[in-house]
Amino acid sequence: MLKQVRNLTRSYGVPESWTLRVSREQGGYESARKAYAWPAQQIIDEVKKANLRGRGGAGFPAGVKWSFMRPHPTLPAYLVVNADEGEPGTFKDRTIMELDPHRLIEGCMIAARAIGAHAAYIYVRHELHLAKERLWGAIREARDAGLLGENPLGSGWAMDVQVHTGAGAYICGEETALLNSLEGRRGEPRIRPPFPAQAGLFGCPTTVNNVETIASTPTILELGGEAFSRLSDLHHLGDGGCRLFGLSGHVQRPGVYEACIGLTLRDLIYELGGGMLPGTKLLGVIPGGSSCPVLRPEETVDAPDQKSVLHPWHGMSVLDVPIGVDTMRELGTMAGTTCAIVLSDRACPALALQNIMRFYRHESCGQCTPCREGTGWMERIVDKIVAGTATIEELDMLYGIASNVMGNTICAFGEGASMPMLGFLRKFRKELEQHVRTGGKSSTGRLNA
Amino acid sequence: MSFALTPERQREAEEIFSRYPNKLAACIPLLHLCQEQHGWVSSEVIDFVADRCEVTTAHVQGVVTFYSLFNQQPVGRHQIWVCRTLSCALGGAGEILRHCEKRLGIRAGETTPDGRVTLRTAECLAACGQGPVMQVDKTYHEHLTIEQVDRILDGLLAGDEK
Ligand SMILES: Cc1cc2nc3c(=O)[nH]c(=O)nc-3n(C[C@H](O)[C@H](O)[C@H](O)COP(=O)(O)O)c2cc1C
Ligand code: SF4
Ligand code: FES
Repeated sequence: MLKQVRNLTRSYGVPESWTLRVSREQGGYESARKAYAWPAQQIIDEVKKANLRGRGGAGFPAGVKWSFMRPHPTLPAYLVVNADEGEPGTFKDRTIMELDPHRLIEGCMIAARAIGAHAAYIYVRHELHLAKERLWGAIREARDAGLLGENPLGSGWAMDVQVHTGAGAYICGEETALLNSLEGRRGEPRIRPPFPAQAGLFGCPTTVNNVETIASTPTILELGGEAFSRLSDLHHLGDGGCRLFGLSGHVQRPGVYEACIGLTLRDLIYELGGGMLPGTKLLGVIPGGSSCPVLRPEETVDAPDQKSVLHPWHGMSVLDVPIGVDTMRELGTMAGTTCAIVLSDRACPALALQNIMRFYRHESCGQCTPCREGTGWMERIVDKIVAGTATIEELDMLYGIASNVMGNTICAFGEGASMPMLGFLRKFRKELEQHVRTGGKSSTGRLNA
Repeated sequence: MSFALTPERQREAEEIFSRYPNKLAACIPLLHLCQEQHGWVSSEVIDFVADRCEVTTAHVQGVVTFYSLFNQQPVGRHQIWVCRTLSCALGGAGEILRHCEKRLGIRAGETTPDGRVTLRTAECLAACGQGPVMQVDKTYHEHLTIEQVDRILDGLLAGDEK
């Protein structure tokens, strides 16, 4: 159900929303004050009750992740905020950093206190100059106001936040690649174990969370964990609260919207997004960043089993299923970053697939042979499909290549690259086949509407 | 000739080192600082960064080659990146890029002969709802039309160097 709220986006649109003055007027740092008066375990319990699932794509429960952190006898603990925002279609974290950086800093204070850290690094992709500027400005203001430093809010819990920047590599969004990059190395993912909670940044216990995950914690302490979780229609599935939804592609009003979980793709595209561009029809939607398999509007939910997560929507259109971590997984796709990309019938699916595969070939770090070779091979075949020189055998080969990348790599980039491939093969088989049979002439020949 | 930072940037470098528990971690921010001054990462810059971070030049070289935003050769005074990824492509990024190439008389990846502008493509710039998007130096230009691109390019080509 569509329920718009203004929690994370409370200050958006207020003049100078990025200043401490406005933040304070909107209740900023009141939750940090609470957190500093509580024992760490109480903060973790509240975040567990909130059913806050990671907003960076994988949807892991934040409270559970925090509880993996164990104090080390000699090493400090670190909080690392993932602000690398690079998943195609995703543009939500940037709005928090640009419009309400104090919310992120307050979230860092809360999370750091919960995991026993006195330092946080926010890893921002280099291109986001305005976000970095606003964050540094907010950090300076917070230090001057005694919110960061040796004795924040008189708590005696020293806390500082630093901004670190990348240098243009999508893979640095993967958390262990990000840690290498933060340490001054090539951004290549690490083999796990050890996990970051055991040995992360500089070999110390580390928690990595997405910007929006951290920025949601002030709201959790403000409302209470249970109340936060109950904002969501999927509270019963352990998927709580409200979150940012993004929308791009062939819709009338693309943008970032905040709503309670329970929002459906139909709500997002037709209510918040104002519907398809004039004269176009919905061809497909990629629900949460380009790694998520595409859905088609004609698909219906097949879940006769009462125990199925999807049973309440049995027989309905996939567009009417609430966008949640488990609901989307059951549909064979992912909620990802909940930033949807909408394709109209004026766009050629083969060209869209080519665009996606070019991205993954370009961004593979090259450490694992299946990923490095597989992404290159898939791109070359898709190029041939578009050019009209591919064969049906090659089209069939794509299944095998994509399946062989899955599960055979150091990091989840491999899956991220093969899942959209498999999605397009399943959902647009007819179109791709026609493309092959007609020598590349069957498409609309374009991507734009 | 060896490389040195201006006194102001030297102070900034010291502040950068103070953010981390070791010197290696300052490598990427320091490279950005040097590139801001020098325009690209020359072998002198690599020597300088290796020396300050107390690592081998091979390590710094490895870092520089990994990240797409470090220029391994000189670039134009202005840099343009046109996002070519899916959301922007759905909004017409292909036409925007072709128009830039035509107006500048170069292909993506090249620099105009007068050394004024380097044109490149970018992968998703995290502005997908505002596509098509291009970044000119540090500024994003969103919801691009051909007319807007013309105005932006006119400004750059007129040589109002800041
Ligand atoms: C290839 C790849 C790219 C990723 N990019 C990002 C990103 O840009 N931002 C992000 O927050 N998480 C990204 N992630 C997910 C992170 O690895 C990690 O799961 C996340 O930061 C954890 O935060 P969360 O639990 O709060 O979501 C990426 C993962 C992979 C495999
Ligand atoms: S799966 Fe791909 S991106 Fe990830 S480590 Fe292997 S080669 Fe690098
Ligand atoms: S696709 Fe161009 S900014 Fe994301």
